Formats: sequence, C-alpha cells, structure tokens
Amino acid sequence: MNKKRLISLLIPVLAIVLGLIVGAIIMMVSGYDPVVGYTQLWEGIFGDPYVMGETVRQITPYILAGLAVAFAFKTGLFNIGVEGQLIVGWFAAVWVGLSFDMPAVLHIPFAILVAGLAGALWAFIPGILKARLGVNEVVVTIMLNYVALHVTNALIRGIAGKDTTDRIAETASLRIPFFEEITMYSRMHGGIFIAILAVIIIYFILQKTKLGYELKAVGFNQDASKYAGMNVPRNIVISMVISGFLAGLAGAMEGLGTFEYVATKTSTTGIGFEGIAVAVLGANHPIGVVFGAILFGALKYGSLNMPNPPAQIPSEMITIIIAIIIFFVASAYLFQWLYEKFSKKKGVK
Amino acid sequence: MGGTDVEYVIEMLNITKVFGNFVANDNITLQLKKGEIHALLGENGAGKSTLMNVLFGLYQPDGGEIRVKGKRVEISDPNVANDLGIGMVHQHFMLVDTFSVTENIILGKEPTKGGRINIKEAAEEIKQLSNLYGLDVDPYAMVEDISVGMQQRVEILKTLYRGADILIFDEPTAALTPQEISELIEIMKRLVQEGKSIILITHKLKEIMEVADRVTVIRRGKGIKTLNVSDTNPTELASLMVGRDVVFTTEKTPANPKEPVLSINDLVVKDYRGTEKVNKLNLEVRRGEILGIAGVDGNGQTELIEAITGLRRSESGTIKLNGKDITNMRPRKVTESGVGHIPQDRHRHGLVLNFTVGENVALQTYYKKPFSNMGVLNHKEIYSKARELIEQYDIRTQSEYTPARALSGGNQQKIIIGREIERDPDLLIAAQPTRGLDVGAIEFIHKRLIEQRDNGKAVLLVSFELDEVMDVSDRIAVIFEGQIIDIVDPKETTEEELGLLMAGQKINKKNNEVDGDKNSPSMKEGE
Ligand SMILES: Nc1ncnc2c1ncn2[C@@H]1O[C@H](COP(=O)(O)OP(=O)(O)OP(=O)(O)O)[C@@H](O)[C@H]1O
Ligand SMILES: [Mg+2]
Repeated sequence: MNKKRLISLLIPVLAIVLGLIVGAIIMMVSGYDPVVGYTQLWEGIFGDPYVMGETVRQITPYILAGLAVAFAFKTGLFNIGVEGQLIVGWFAAVWVGLSFDMPAVLHIPFAILVAGLAGALWAFIPGILKARLGVNEVVVTIMLNYVALHVTNALIRGIAGKDTTDRIAETASLRIPFFEEITMYSRMHGGIFIAILAVIIIYFILQKTKLGYELKAVGFNQDASKYAGMNVPRNIVISMVISGFLAGLAGAMEGLGTFEYVATKTSTTGIGFEGIAVAVLGANHPIGVVFGAILFGALKYGSLNMPNPPAQIPSEMITIIIAIIIFFVASAYLFQWLYEKFSKKKGVK
Repeated sequence: MGGTDVEYVIEMLNITKVFGNFVANDNITLQLKKGEIHALLGENGAGKSTLMNVLFGLYQPDGGEIRVKGKRVEISDPNVANDLGIGMVHQHFMLVDTFSVTENIILGKEPTKGGRINIKEAAEEIKQLSNLYGLDVDPYAMVEDISVGMQQRVEILKTLYRGADILIFDEPTAALTPQEISELIEIMKRLVQEGKSIILITHKLKEIMEVADRVTVIRRGKGIKTLNVSDTNPTELASLMVGRDVVFTTEKTPANPKEPVLSINDLVVKDYRGTEKVNKLNLEVRRGEILGIAGVDGNGQTELIEAITGLRRSESGTIKLNGKDITNMRPRKVTESGVGHIPQDRHRHGLVLNFTVGENVALQTYYKKPFSNMGVLNHKEIYSKARELIEQYDIRTQSEYTPARALSGGNQQKIIIGREIERDPDLLIAAQPTRGLDVGAIEFIHKRLIEQRDNGKAVLLVSFELDEVMDVSDRIAVIFEGQIIDIVDPKETTEEELGLLMAGQKINKKNNEVDGDKNSPSMKEGE
C-alpha cells in the first residue's frame, strides 16, 4: 500500500509543523516575534559551517544514547540507566586517553572499547539482578546513575587532584582536521562515523541474527521464548550489556571527541535521559533513532541562538517550545489514529 | 430484504469488510430475532469474529448497513455498541488479573459518588445480576484466583452490567471443561428466557443442535445459508460450512505398539503454590500408539506436560525418553531429544503474536541450519518453509509475512501444529490440539496424529473433549488427582464409564458395577 507508506512518512512532518505553529503561538502570546525567533533557530542550526558542525557534534551522542534505550526496549527492558552508563564510559575513555601511550590506530579503538565495556559493566548489574532475582531494572538503573555520577567525581578528584583532568593524548582524540577546516573549527569530530556504524550493526543484529530474533522473542513473550528453549535470563543480561555498551560509546563521544577531558559534574549530563525521548521519537527502530537524534540534537543546539538579539527569547521559553515540538511528534500516533478513524468513517458512505 | 421488519433486533445487511486487499466479509447478511439464540458457523478464518467485531464497533464495515431494532445505526466504536445494548464476550478474555471481579466489571463505567468510585454499590448490583441469571459469581474474588469458566461469567456480567440485551459469544466453549460447558448452556437458555437475544459462534455442531434456534453458515467470507436448527443436522451443517462432506469418526487401523518411547516413574511435580499436582505418577507411551489422557481439568495434566517438556521442575521421580533420562532437562535439550509439544495455551506458550507467521514457524528451529548459519538468520529458508506449511496445513493467512496476531484463532493453532509435526518428533505431546478448530480442520489434525503413530512415533494426547480422546486414542489413561488411576481401551469403554473414572471412581470390570455416587461431570457430555 503505497498510500499508507506516504502517510506514515507524512505524519511526523505534519507533527513537526504543528509543533512549530503551537510554539509560534506561545511566543506571540508572550510578546516575542516568532518569525525572528524561528529565523534565529534556523540560523543556529544551519546559519554557517561552524553551527552546522556543532549541530552534528550534538547529534552524535544522541544517536548512541537513543540506540541504547531502543535496543533494551526491544527486549522489553526499560534502561533508564543510559545516563550512568554514559558517565562511566566517558570517564573510562578519558582514563585510557590519558594513561596509555600508543599509536592512534590502536589508541582510539582501545579507548572506545574500554568506554563501551565500562558502560556494559554498569548495565550488567541491573541486568543480572533482573535476570536472577527479578529486581525491577528501572529502580536499579536510576540509582546507579547517581552512583556513577559520584563515583566518577571522586575518582576524577582523586586522580587529577582537581576538578578537571588534563587533555587526553592526541593519539586518542577523535578530532579530524578536515572537519575542523570545513566547519570553522567547530568541535565536530569523527565520532559521527562510529555512531552511524553502531546503528548499522544494531540494525543488523535485530533484523538478521539469531541473537536479535531471541532478544525480540523474549521482549514480546517470555513464556513462548522459554517454550522455544531460549534462555530468558541470559537474553535479558545480554540485552542490558549491549545497551550499556552503546551508552558507554556515547560517553566516549564526549570524552574523546567533544571535550577531550572529563570534569566533575554537579548533576547528570542529561544526554542519557534525552536518549529516551530520542528512542520514542524514533519508534525504537535503529533508523528511526537517527532521525530522532537529528531532530532533537538540531533543536537543542540551534535554540542556543534564540536568546541572542534581536529575538531575545529566554532559554526557559525555548525549553518549552522544544518540549512542545517533541510532544507533537511523539504523539504522532494520535494523528495516525485520527486519520484512520476519519478515513474509515468516509469508507462507510 | 425487508429491513424495516421489527421482528429483528439486529440486522446486518450486506456487510463487507476488507483488510488490505483481503476480503474478510463479503456481502454477508445476518438477522437476529428477539429472544433467539442464533449460531454463526464457519471454518477457521471464515470471517466470524470479523463480522462480530463489525457489529461491536471494533471494525468499521467497508460496505453494507447495520440496523438495530429497525433503525439504521453507525457503530463507530464499542461505546456506541454498548449504548445500543450490544455486548460481546470475546474469544480471548479481556480481564485485568490483579483486579477484583467488581473492579473488572465496572472498569470504564465506574459508578461515582461525589467523585469517588462506589465499589460497594456496584458489587451489590453485580450480585443481584449474578443471581438473576444463575451465574454464581463472587463480586469480591480476584480474577487471577478464579477458574476460566468463572472468568467467562465475569465477561458475561460485564455486558449485562452495561445493560446489554443482545449478547455476542465468540467461541465461548473452546476454553471450557465439559462441566463448565453444560453450565454455560444453561446460562444461555436462562438469558434468552429473560428476554435477551444471543449470537453464538462455535465450532461444535453438537452445541448448535442443543441450544440454537437458527444458524447462519459462512464460508470464506461469504454468507452461505441461514437455517432453522430443527430442520437440519450436523452432517448437513458441516458440509455447508466446509463445502464438502466431512467424516466425523476418525478412521484408523488398529495400533501396532512397540517398545516404550516415554516412561515416567513415580513422578512428583508441584504447581506454583507448592501443591503436589502430579503425585507419584507412572505412565508409558509406546512407539506406534496414541495414548490419550482423560481427566477433569486441574488434575495435574498441565503440570505433567510441563514437567516432561522441561518447563517445570520435577520434585522427584524420573522421565525417560527412549531409555535416556530427561528429567529436569532444559526445554531446548528436551526438544532436541525428540519431543514435539503443541501447548495448551497457544497465546501464552505457542506463539509470539507480534512475530510473523514465518518467524513463528521457525520458533523451535531458528538456531539451526538451514534457518541459521553462524548466528545469522536465513530469512529465505524460513519463509520458504513457512510457505510450505501454509500450503500443507491450509493456514489461511494473507501471507507468510503477516503477524500471527492478525490470523484467526484456528489458523494460529494450525501454525503450531504444523511446526511441531514437521519436526517429526519421536514423542508428540498434543495438549488440546483441536481447541477452537472447525470440523474440517479437526478431521485433518486427527489424521496427522494417526499418521505420526503409523510412522512409528509415540503420541501423547491430552484433551478435555471426551469425543476426541475416545476417537483418536489407542489407549486412554485416566488422570485423577495427579495419578493415573486406570488405563482403558476406548473400544471397550463407554463415555459414562470414562466419566466416572475421571471423577475418581474405579470401575469393577467383571460385573460392570460402579461404586460411589453417580455425580460425574462428564455424564452430561455423553449422549
Ligand atoms: N486485523 C486484521 N488484519 C488483517 N487480517 C485480518 C485481521 N483480522 C482478521 N483478519 C483476517 O480475516 C480472516 C477472518 O478472520 P476471523 O478472525 O474473522 O476468522 P474466524 O471466522 O473468527 O476464525 P476462527 O474460527 O479461527 O476464530 C482471516 O483470514 C484473518 O487472517
Ligand atoms: Mg474467531
């Protein structure tokens, strides 16, 4: 059904437009000029090579965090711990970047791998608790977010002796001179390739492999999975570990790409939580996650330009507007439903 | 059609319903008289549930019109149906397990008093309704604690509570024990006495002959005929619905049993509450025979099967397959040792409903060649196998890529049966294999079971349908309170005798005397 395809593509677009309209109304009511506001949003995303580079930089960890949430969700798990797994991944990546001396071809993959493993280990805890003892993963992952935050803070202070570590070695950095040149020295880095690669691999695992088949079966129906001889607890652990690995990679993007150091934090980064929104926007599908991350990352970064004159829209208002746009997209299924209802009614006559 | 005839409470005129490019209902007309029980008969996938979902507002028709008491209506959703006095008891119950009976019934229509739900008043009203129709439901019981038959009565009460006077029953007897079935039949009679009208979907011709006034037969989405039940007979109905003659009794040559395939010794299995449901049970199933297990539901059948297949731990005793000990082996190991299992609850164990037909066909073998190679699935092989089974087992589906959820109940069952028989296991365990299947499909499944037997395999059949056990089995083992209390030859046993055994009474074969009272649940079933 070609028509149905078209509709399912059209609906998110329609939702974005509607979100923008409602956002405009809010700006108007509050006494700001929506045209100027949106122009600045647009310029904040596409205005010059620098912001374009920064937008891509922002999108990169969102892809991985969204992918982490979506992957766990396919197995029926709600990984709210992406945030904590990302924090330990970030720390681990910087640690490898600082303490080892190797050529770049080894240093970068090694640092990324260790970051992934750190995230995986952090996710293994709620995974094994769920699988063996039936402990709800939501509670455990939330608590582990705070443990991750404070443990890494303590380690940073302990190792660096201050609130920020040194810069990682050149050989561990994801920076790509070519990107720097074409984007007026933005912080855009090579991590975007890693994120895209992860999307392809995860897509492959879910669609084409035995492992993906099992994980999905367990997510849909544990009883039938058991009947079919699958090891349900093991699949739960595997799912969490892979999800945590992806979250750890998202941390590596920050540690080896964007910042190249790690500092103590007073609160969580938010990327992990926003990964949930990205997964929802992407309907928990790997490819969908890319689009979700692009939308979320672009709005997030582009809106930084809105408080500047002449628009001078306060950042709180921007948060509201972004939330509304996300809300409309996320409730796109509502539009789908309305559409179906409407077309059915017509069919009767 | 004289649509304005007030004699009819419901008129579905020339209803058409299309899914994609598949016509599920093609110009069907169904008229329900006030106070009648009108049966709807058709093969699996004929479109019965679809037609009823249209009436209940779950689907919108693509053509035709619906009249309620002579007035044309548009039933855009189930709430509209409710307001028109139409209630539906679904094929698969829709209850919240952790809620009480009352909470389930009032869900979505909670009586409020100053903004607060008035449970007590509702419970009182439910109690009264229950008494009026002889339903015997405890409004405060938890749904998870009550039997399937009781849950169904809760569904009935739900519709009555919402003021329905037209009730749709979609295969209400498929999940019930013989005892519960005869009770349900009484309830339905009571309902029409009190002025309700009923549409009844069932595959059991016996039930139609017993309770229905008229019957409408549909075949492959088309309305075939509406008849008075008193003017017809099961044979005619069966051939109308299938489109050919159907043989009711299964033809088979005498069994030629050889060495035992399955031997169970002193097996003890507990249920989740810790009660010993299987209690030092001994049983042998031999190569080349079909052993039927007869018994009232809840006497350990489920636990026995789950223990054999590795889904539940055995406390003590041994289970041997071809002489090899398989006690407490993992399900995968059991499967690979040569056990096929058609589970009792197809939605819970047998299928992943969100998976496609093809993915479900591969559910037991996805990890092996040719379906999987070095961890990568071979979709081409999986779906070509699926096409093969669709063809062989006459699974009515739009394609092998359709999610199992979109298939009719009977066709879902055929996926499982095809999958398990295809693996050609040494021991095939079939629990309620024909539940919800039409007579044509039942005939087909029985043939396949006998074919397995004739090929030198062992078949363990568990069924609550006495007819089925009597017809298909070579030996019948009667299970009572977790033990096999007798093994009988179906050719030398009557349904009455079997019924008594199932109630736990030993028959003294010599003078054919029976001890104990004659209050057996299955006596009503036997004709
Ligand atoms: N939502 C749906 N989407 C696509 N196809 C559907 C859907 N619901 C039903 N069908 C198809 O319509 C046909 C009729 O299904 P229906 O459930 O009405 O059969 P039925 O007569 O109730 O069968 P059974 O006796 O097995 O329950 C089937 O072939 C089924 O695959
Ligand atoms: Mg049906």
